[in-house]
Amino acid sequence: MSECLLELNSISFAYGSSIVLQDIDLKVYDNDFIGVIGPNGGGKTTLLKVILGLVRHQKGKIIHGKSLQDGNGIGYLPQITTGDNNFPVTVKDVVLSGLMMRKGLRSMMTTADRKKASGVIDELGLNELAGSSLNELSGGQLQRVFLGRAVIGDPRLLLLDEPGNFVDSSFENDFYDKLRLLNNRMAIMMVSHDVGTISAHIKSFACVNRKLHYHPSSEITNEDLVAYGCPIQLITHGEVPHTVLKKH
Amino acid sequence: MEGSIFQYEFILKGLLGAVFASITAGIIGTYIVSKRMVFLSGGIAHASFGGIGIGYFYGISPVLGAAIFSILSALGIEFLSVRQKIREDSAIGILWAFGMAIGIIFIYLTPGYTPDLMSYLFGSILTVSYRDITALATMSVFLILYFGIFYRTILYISYDEQFARTYSPYVNIFKYITTALIALTIVLNIRMAGVVLVISLLTIPPNIAMIFTKVYKRIMVASVFTGFIGTSIGYSISYKAGIPTGASIIFTLTVIWILAKSVKQISVRLHTDKNL
Repeated sequence: MSECLLELNSISFAYGSSIVLQDIDLKVYDNDFIGVIGPNGGGKTTLLKVILGLVRHQKGKIIHGKSLQDGNGIGYLPQITTGDNNFPVTVKDVVLSGLMMRKGLRSMMTTADRKKASGVIDELGLNELAGSSLNELSGGQLQRVFLGRAVIGDPRLLLLDEPGNFVDSSFENDFYDKLRLLNNRMAIMMVSHDVGTISAHIKSFACVNRKLHYHPSSEITNEDLVAYGCPIQLITHGEVPHTVLKKH
Repeated sequence: MEGSIFQYEFILKGLLGAVFASITAGIIGTYIVSKRMVFLSGGIAHASFGGIGIGYFYGISPVLGAAIFSILSALGIEFLSVRQKIREDSAIGILWAFGMAIGIIFIYLTPGYTPDLMSYLFGSILTVSYRDITALATMSVFLILYFGIFYRTILYISYDEQFARTYSPYVNIFKYITTALIALTIVLNIRMAGVVLVISLLTIPPNIAMIFTKVYKRIMVASVFTGFIGTSIGYSISYKAGIPTGASIIFTLTVIWILAKSVKQISVRLHTDKNL
């Protein structure tokens, strides 16, 4: 019933001679909420970049599902700010740039677009900052602006790279509630090393350390980890969401 | 009578030159200042001297020589930095001096006296021809159309290139086109301000504009107007005092920049005092 949005078929990627991703298989369905976990340098961010087409994989095939092709594409919240915060651009302009994926080269913004941007800005509690430039914002406010940019185009798939890094504690609960709401409309893949924070929201896990190991439920057993051999924390997810922290 | 015709010519050329120099420098200047490409642009300006020298030596138009030379060097740097194969600032430093060296070598090899060499270095309205002005006018129209039609595409690519790559396959094409336009704008404005000073003609007006607004579009428009005011005042001074145009324009623009900064500082202080 649920539609397959994206299928990765034995994807391999290397920076120069160092292999970052090897034989990755993954299917993303339209109501998924996948937590992508793994050690630093394990290839989590690269996996997102491969999906976005920012880097080209050397082996394997990516199949985009029908609704990803003619829909509104993929929303993306990068791990670090890739733009210059001193660039003369307003909060509203940045949020509007999330609509560019369905614009042609001429890319005029309509009144409806501006209204939509105002709505998103409002929802994220950034109303008073709509006309501000980015260097006037705190780290958490910036992160919200970029979330707004990622979701304004109603993408079918949302990729979040370490969203917890900058989210200020006052907004953290709101942030995850917001993600849960968004998940009704779009599939979410969220990279995080902060397993404790995300485990309660995640439906399934993908553990990435060069290879990808997929856990259909958000339950990872010790055997999985041993078989896979990645040094991460152990997560279980029962009636009451909880984490078991254990090094191996 | 001869004097008045000469004067009329001089004023007309100056006015037209000021208008089109301000339009081209204001638009491209906003782009390079907000994208932090000032050093690259300074490098392109100096490297273009190599083209001027080659132009002299082979008896072709020095402006044409400079245009070809600077577009190629600008695209070369852009290409290498896209591939991330080089340290961009080092490459610019090398190219900067290399272009000047080529220029000096060819000018020394050129037989005879090179009369308007000084005008290429420091700018002079006396040697500006109507062909130069027509070229600047054409460039102005082209830049207005290009930035007008692709405004948001250019804005978002220059603000966050990596994010733009997630939705557009045309990022590199736009980067290359805009870089070529930067090189051309610099070369065409060399006639006004000279190789050594042209970079300030591009960078000072947007910096004045940015004191008062942070909206990209408004910075462009304000830069054009500030550029025009600075250029015309500087131009009049150069005429009255008999000094090179480039120098007096840059001097005037810098004074305006300092004044604008001071006005802003004072108004901010007054505002905070009132609120305290």
